[in-house]
Amino acid sequence: MSPLGVVERLLQLVPVLLGISIVVFFMMALTPGDPVELMLGDARATDEQRQSLRHDMGLDRPMHERFLVFLRNAATGEFGMSFHHRRPVRQVILERLPATIELTLAALVIALVVGIGLGVLAAVRRDSWIDRLSTVTALVGVSMPGFWFGILLILLFAVTLGALPVSGRIGYEGEVPFVTGLLLVDTLVASKFASFFDALRHLLLPAVTLGLAMAALLMRVTRSAMLEALAQDYVTFAEAKGISRARILFRHALKNALIPTVTVAAIETGTLLGGNMIVETVFGWPGLGRLVVEGIFTRNYPLVQAAVLLYAVIYVLLNLCADLLYATLNPRVRS
Amino acid sequence: MSVQAVEARAPAKAATDAVAQPVESIFIANLRDFRRNRLAVASVAMVGLFALMAIFAPYLAPHDPYASDLFRRLQPPAWLDGGEWAYPMGCDGLGRDILSRAIYGARVSMTIGVAVMMVAAMAGMIAGLAAGYLRGWTDIAISRVVDVLLGFPYLILAIGLMAAMGPGLGNIVLALAIKEWVLPCRVARAETLAAREMEYVEAARALGASRLHIMLREILPNILSPLIVVCTMRMAWIIIMEASLSFLGLGVQPPVPSWGSMVADGRQFLIGAWWVSTLPGVMILLLVLAINLASQGLRDAFDPRMRT
Repeated sequence: MSPLGVVERLLQLVPVLLGISIVVFFMMALTPGDPVELMLGDARATDEQRQSLRHDMGLDRPMHERFLVFLRNAATGEFGMSFHHRRPVRQVILERLPATIELTLAALVIALVVGIGLGVLAAVRRDSWIDRLSTVTALVGVSMPGFWFGILLILLFAVTLGALPVSGRIGYEGEVPFVTGLLLVDTLVASKFASFFDALRHLLLPAVTLGLAMAALLMRVTRSAMLEALAQDYVTFAEAKGISRARILFRHALKNALIPTVTVAAIETGTLLGGNMIVETVFGWPGLGRLVVEGIFTRNYPLVQAAVLLYAVIYVLLNLCADLLYATLNPRVRS
Repeated sequence: MSVQAVEARAPAKAATDAVAQPVESIFIANLRDFRRNRLAVASVAMVGLFALMAIFAPYLAPHDPYASDLFRRLQPPAWLDGGEWAYPMGCDGLGRDILSRAIYGARVSMTIGVAVMMVAAMAGMIAGLAAGYLRGWTDIAISRVVDVLLGFPYLILAIGLMAAMGPGLGNIVLALAIKEWVLPCRVARAETLAAREMEYVEAARALGASRLHIMLREILPNILSPLIVVCTMRMAWIIIMEASLSFLGLGVQPPVPSWGSMVADGRQFLIGAWWVSTLPGVMILLLVLAINLASQGLRDAFDPRMRT
C-alpha cells in the first residue's frame, strides 16, 4: 500500500474513533446512580462538600461540555480517579496491562503454532484420519465456551494431575524486578531461571484456554488456503522441475497460503481481547480483563469507561494492521 | 389456428416451462441436498430436542429446579458412588437437582439465542435493505454506525452495556443485539447492492412500483437465503456470549438457572465435586455444536457460494 493509502486509511479512523468515544461516554453517562455518591462510598460528607466534589468532577456542566472534556482527557489518557483504588485510573490500568499483554501474546503464539501446524498437516494429508481428526477438533474448538474449557484444563492438569498451578501469575517466592512487566522477559533479564519456569507454568493453562478458539479458526483457514495453493499451476510446475516435496510445501505453497491466515490472525488478536475477561476470571490472572469485571461489580465507572475505550482503540488499530498487512502481503491488492 | 402456428407456440411454451420450473425447484433441490447430509439432519433434530426441552421444561424436569435439599448437598451423579438415579446428574452446592436446572437452563439459552437473532435479523435486514437500495446519505449514515460498532470487541461492548443497564433478560437481549445486527446488515446491504441492478428490479421500477414495494416485495425474497444462513450461523455464537455473560455474573441473575452461571457456581467445588461445574458445560457444548453443524449443512445446501 502506498504511503498515501496508509494516510487515507488512518484518516478513515477518525470518525470511527469519535463514534466509539460517543458510545463509551454515553454508556457511562446514562448509567443510573450518582457518581458522587459512588465515589464517596461510605465516607461522610456535608452537602457543600458533595457540591464541591460534583463541581470538581465536572458533573454540574451540560452534557456536551462534559463530552468535550471527556474527549480532551481521553486524548491525554486522563480518566480521573478509580473509585475503588483511590488512585488515577491511568496508573491502575498501566499496572495491570502487562499481564494482559503477556497472556494475549502467549495465546497468539500457541494459536499460530497449533493452528498453522494442524492446518498444513490436514491439507497435506487430505481426507486421512489426521485431516478428519483436526477438522472435528476445530469444530469442537469453536463450539466450546472458553470458560468451560479452562475449567476442564484446571480439573485435569491442576486438580487431578497436580502438574500445573490453578491461578495467579507467579509463586510467592518469585520477586522479580520490573523491567517490561512481562514476567517471562523480566525473569530472563534478571537471570532468575527458576522464576521463569514458574511463570511459564502459570501462563500455560490460561494461554491455551485463550488461544483455543483462535487456533481452531486458523486451522480451518490455513487448511483451505493450503489446499487452494497446492492446486495451483506453480506447484505442479515445481513438482515437474523435481523440487523436493518439503521445499514445495514450505517455500511455494505455504508462503502463499499464509496470506489469509496472517490477516485472520491479526483480526482475531482483537477478539482475544474480549476473551481475556473470561480467561482472567477463570484463572485469577491479575490483568486488565479481570480488573474490568471487578470494576463493574464495584461500580467503578471511570475505570470501566477507560478500559472499554482502550480495548476498542486497540481493536480498531489491530484491524487497521490486518488491512495493511493484507495489502502488503498480497500483490493483487497492492496494485 | 394453422398447424404451423400451433407448432411454433409449443416450443415457446416449453421454453417458458423450462424457465419457470427451476425457479421453484431450486429450493426443493437445496432441501434435498440438505436432507442428504445426515450429520446436518441429525444436528437439526438435536437443536429441535433442545427447543422441546426448553418449552416443556416443567413437564420434563424431575424436580423443582429451585428446591434445595441440604442433605443432598454436592450429591454425586448416579453412576458414581453415593449417587442415585432419582438425581441422575447429581446435586449442586445448595442440594438442587442439576438435571432439572440444566433442563430449565435451556430456556434461558434458547430464549436469548432466538430473541437476539430475531431482533438482529430484523434490524439488520431493514438497515441493510435501506442502505443498499436507497444509497446516498442513508447508506453513509448506516455504514458509519456499522463501522463504529465493529470497532468494539463483542464481549467488551456487551459487558459495558450490561454494566450500564444492569442485569435482566431484556437487557441481555439488547446488549447482544446492539452489535449483532451489524452482520446481517452487511450481508443484506451487499446483496441489495447487487440485486438493485438486476432486470427484475428495473422492471418493477419501470412499472412504477414504490421504493418500499421494491425493497420488501422484490428484493427481500431474493436475498433471504444468505441472510438466513448467516443468522443461523450466528446463533451458536450468541448462545456462547450469553453463557459467558452469565458466567461473569452479568447475565441472568440467581436463582434463575442458566448454564453459564451454573458453571460459575460450581467452580468453588472443583476439588471433590467436579460435576457441578462440568455437566452444565456439556449442555452448552452439545447445543452449540449442533447449531454449528446444522448451519454448516444449511450453508452448503442453500448458499453454495459460501461453501468452504
